[in-house]
This record gives sequence, C-alpha cells and structure tokens, in this order.
Amino acid sequence: MSELKLMKGNEALAEAAIRAGVDAYFGYPITPQSEVIEYLMSQRPEKRTGMVVLQAESELAAINMVYGAASTGKKAMTSSSSPGISLKLEGISYLAGAELPAVIVNVVRGGPGLGTIQPSQADYFQSVKGGGHGDYKLYVLAPSSVQEMADFVEDAFDIAFKYRAPVLILSDGLIGQMMEKVTLKDQKERMSNEELIKKYGNWAVTGKKDRERNIITSLDLQSEKMEARVHRLLKKYQQMEKEDLRFEKIHCEDAEYLIVAYGSSARISQKAVELARAKGIKVGLLRPITLFPFPKQQLLDLAAQVKGILSVELNAGQMVEDVQLAVQHKVPVLHFGRTGGIIHTPEEILEALEQKIIKNGHTRHHKTRESSLL
Amino acid sequence: MDILDIIKPENQVFCKSRLMTDATLSYCPGCGHGTAHNLTMEVIDEMGIVEDTIGVAPVGCSVLAYDFMNIDMTQAAHGRAPAVATAIARTWPEKYVFTYQGDGDLAAIGTAETIHTCNRGENIVIIFVNNGIYGMTGGQMAPTTLAGMRSSTSPYGREIETMGSPLKITELVANLPGVYYATRQAVHTHKHVRKTKKAIRKAFENIRLKKGVSFIEIVSNCNSGWKMNPVESNAWMEENMFAYFPLGDIKVNGKLK
Ligand SMILES: Cc1ncc(C[n+]2csc(CCOP(=O)(O)OP(=O)(O)O)c2C)c(N)n1
Ligand code: SF4
Ligand SMILES: [Mg+2]
Repeated sequence: MSELKLMKGNEALAEAAIRAGVDAYFGYPITPQSEVIEYLMSQRPEKRTGMVVLQAESELAAINMVYGAASTGKKAMTSSSSPGISLKLEGISYLAGAELPAVIVNVVRGGPGLGTIQPSQADYFQSVKGGGHGDYKLYVLAPSSVQEMADFVEDAFDIAFKYRAPVLILSDGLIGQMMEKVTLKDQKERMSNEELIKKYGNWAVTGKKDRERNIITSLDLQSEKMEARVHRLLKKYQQMEKEDLRFEKIHCEDAEYLIVAYGSSARISQKAVELARAKGIKVGLLRPITLFPFPKQQLLDLAAQVKGILSVELNAGQMVEDVQLAVQHKVPVLHFGRTGGIIHTPEEILEALEQKIIKNGHTRHHKTRESSLL
Repeated sequence: MDILDIIKPENQVFCKSRLMTDATLSYCPGCGHGTAHNLTMEVIDEMGIVEDTIGVAPVGCSVLAYDFMNIDMTQAAHGRAPAVATAIARTWPEKYVFTYQGDGDLAAIGTAETIHTCNRGENIVIIFVNNGIYGMTGGQMAPTTLAGMRSSTSPYGREIETMGSPLKITELVANLPGVYYATRQAVHTHKHVRKTKKAIRKAFENIRLKKGVSFIEIVSNCNSGWKMNPVESNAWMEENMFAYFPLGDIKVNGKLK
C-alpha cells in the first residue's frame, strides 16, 4: 500500500529504491548524502526484498560495482556528493560507452576541492556537459522536493532501461537533508533471474545458455566501429530530447519576466515569484525537471513573450549559458546565484530580478553577461 | 613411428579448448597470455559450468580476452575488475565469476579494489598474470618490475631507492582471511602448464564450495616488453622472475604455507 510519511530527501530516495525493486546499491559515505546508505543498511533490504547493499572501499569501487551488476541486467545504483562524483566519472563514462542502464545520484555540495558540505548547484556543468571523458551525455533529473527524490528513482530506472544508458539524479544538500511529507509507492517485487534472462538475454552477461555469448565492452579498436558506437549514443540522446523532456511552467501565461531555476533554486524562486506578483510584477518560473534534455524550445517560445530572463542557480553561473544559447540572445539573460553553500532567499532573488532585469532589461538589445554574483 | 601416430587425442596434452573462439590471438608469439586463457577455458569446459560462468576482462594486453574466450564477459575499467566481479557475485551468488588481470591492472591502479575484494572474501577467482611490466602500453615499469630491470620508464633499471621494491601482492593478499587459496604458477613449460591447470581447477571448485577468493598468480613473460625473443625471455624469467617471485602454493584451504 502507498504510505504517507515525513522523511528526509535522502531517506525517501533510499526507501523508494527498496520499494522500486532495485537489485543493488553500492556507495561510500560522504556528507550530505550518507543517510542514503545508512537508511538502506538500517532497513535490512536483503531481508525485505533481497536487495544487495554494500559499502564499497571508495567511490571508484562503488561505480564499478554498479557497472558489474548493470552488466548482468540488474537494477543497480549508487549515490554520492560532488567530490565522490568526480571520482566516479571514469566509471560513468564506461557505463555510457558500454551502454549499460544504471542510476547515479549526486547530492551536490559546494566546491571546488573539498569545498563545503553545504548545498550547492555547482555541478551543473559536470552533470550536463558529459563530466567524464568522451562523447556522451547523461539523462539528468533534478528533483525539487522530497516527493521527487522518491519518485525519480523509478523514473530514472525506467529511462535507464529504455535507453540502456546511465541516468543521473542531480539533487543537492538542501533537498537531500530537508524533511517533507512524501507519499511512498507500494512495494514492487524485484525481477526474478528467469524473467531478467528472458528480458535482457539479448545483451546482459548472465552465463551463456541457449544463446550466443554476450559481451559488455566500451572498446572499439577500429575507428569506424567506434564512430558507429558514438552515433548510436547520439541517436539515443536525440530520442531523449524528443520523447523524454520534462519541465514545469509556473505562472508563465501572462509573464513579462521569467525566472529559470531547477531543484532547490526552483523551490525558492517559486516564493520569489509570489512576492513579485504581490507587488504587481508579472513573473513566471520555468523549472527544467530534466537538465538534459533541456527545455530549449520552451525557452525560445517564452523569449518572444518576456522582457528578460534571470537564471537562478546556487553557483557562479552555469545553467545561464544554456539558457542564453536556447533563447538565441533574443532577450537579456542574466544569472543570479550564491555560492559557498549560502542559499539565496526569495527576497534576494526578487531584488536581483528588479536590479538586473527589470531596471536594465526593458531594451531588447543583446546584453553580454556581467558579474552576476552579489 | 609416424608423426600422425603421436598426434592422437589421447596423446595430445595441449590443444585449443573448445571454449576458445577462432579469432586470431592478438598476443605476441611466445606470450603466456594465450596459454593462460586456454587453461581457464579448459577448466570451465571440463567442469561443465560454461552456462554459469561470467568473466571480467581487464585493461591491459588481455583487454580483448572476450574476443578469445567464448563465454559471457564484461570488460572493466583499468584496475576495477575485482569491484565489477564483486557486484556480479553478490547479485548472482550461484554463478562462477572470475577476473583475469595483469600486474599493472591488479597491483598498481587497482590495488585498493584487489585488497578490499580479497578482504571481503568475495566468492570469485582472480587470475593474475604477472609479467613484470606494462605490456599493452609499450613496456613501462610495473609494480612488479624487478630491481635493476630496464623498462621504458626505468631506462637505467629500476632503482629501489626512488622507485620502490617490486610488489609481492600475492603474499600480501594471502594474509587476508577472505582469501582461501593463493598460489603462484607459470605456463612456459608443459610441466608448469599442468600444475597451473590444476590450480585453476581447484580455484573454480572453491567457488562451488563458496570458499571466498581464490587467487592465482601466473608469472609470465613479456618478450616484447622485455625486448627478448621468446626463448630468451623464458630463460630470463626462470632465472630472475622466479628468484623473486618463487612458484608454489602460498595459502591452501585457508591456511598459509
Ligand atoms: C585509467 C587508465 N590509466 C591508464 C591506462 C593505460 N593503460 C592501459 S593498459 C596499462 C598497463 C597494463 O599493464 P598490465 O596490467 O601489467 O597488463 P599487461 O599488458 O602487461 O598484460 C595502462 C597503464 C588506461 N587504459 N586507463
Ligand atoms: S606485449 Fe607482452 S604481454 Fe602483451 S602480448 Fe606481447 S608479449 Fe604478451
Ligand atoms: Mg603486465
């Protein structure tokens, strides 16, 4: 039965993983996401569903364990936070190259370096521009509530298996740590080995039985073959853009100004939109739910309607570049964000909108990016 | 006696395993990798476990092991094969899971995965081909390169003061309770081939018995990397490699020798 609970984002994600019938989780502790493995361990998932949960010796080991389980068609996932994700990138690139389904969760903290354990969205570039080596992309889901932390686990695996590709859930310390009401879905049974072999026997390595052997690799020593692989990946990404783009529009119908924000920034921006509307300023919010695919066309359409766009992010200005690209310089697009783990307030966002966009932005001429930090 | 009287199945000690593909081996003539592959396939065939075997290929000369071993295989990132195998063994406990790795892969970049996989006592076989060099990338120094031995990154010989001593990783992991069987073998003569095959068989039997890690080191040549012809390289190996990496069992049935 579905169940209403008060939970932390990280715990909701972990509980949802068990209920979604995930086969294996491999992780290494790092703040602010250690609750994921702690919660899983507390639940005795090996008894509840037979799920394997293992604390690896490093993020490197964890992501390669995911690679191993995914090679056999099992639903495998890992979670970490920024420095740990940097370590996983080689493995993520291998998952993409070898065309394996897997889910990776990044509960982002501030960087670079050891940075801070406070929330941040500074891993946007790393998440949507590849991150690891080679021509690949990740399908990136950005939850902005505890409910979405739970819901996106199953959504992520659906996409991962639809495309045989790694999927990233890009969360942050705020969404991971905050407590909210969450409706948890019913327990799903894990797939049996027999069913798995029937379903994925055309690619998964499960032991060569009644078929030709299967091989999982990302290596093509022949350039033509490697290019064919890259083209195969590109096709998947194009299909994702066509079929699996997700976004949310809030108060956009009559908007004269637009805020673009995802994850925790979207939550805070929603409040800023309310404050603005109370003052009589018609502001809308476009929330990309997937960061790749990115709502490019929706932004371009809105650019014909609004006078200016503010990209609100907990970083020094990353997504703003994609917004600028999407609107093709038809309206001014500026960035506002705090870094270092400081979280902007709705009032700060409204002030930034008024100062950067409303005061300066009535002219529709092209604006270059200016220093957009406080 | 005619030669054809000798080449009869019952006299044939060495032949290509049925589980080897027809692909031309990419290994240099004289290299031990091909023999090590063949022995592994023979054991899997003889035990009748091919339908339940999953292999993990490394990064190194044997990265293409899956081109030659006609079984289900996945190819791991450099050094991470034990982590990959861990997950397979955990999610498919009834399968026979093995890694096949070189010394750079297993004892340098993948040291942490090697030690922790052994320490957890994962129910897998690790086949470790120690040729004292990075064969694939053109003969650079490996963690197992002998003192004074020349390589492209130790052109004046491995200097212990600055480069450290060659790593006896098999002795190291044998001390971990998770390792049930650790042995060091070779494949350059028929006598050694027979012994190695026995060791590999024992290792796969251990998986059946769920005993934890069986760790088989095969000291092998890399005639290309060592810049010798195959005959010279085998003689050099016996004289120098075996002196530092003595052949024989290190741990049997959970007990150190
Ligand atoms: C992360 C990473 N670092 C380095 C390499 C380059 N590389 C490929 S194989 C190899 C050494 C392999 O040596 P070994 O494991 O001893 O295998 P051999 O070829 O001798 O059998 C290196 C350094 C790589 N592929 N990936
Ligand atoms: S380079 Fe060395 S290890 Fe590689 S195939 Fe040639 S002889 Fe064997
Ligand atoms: Mg080597």
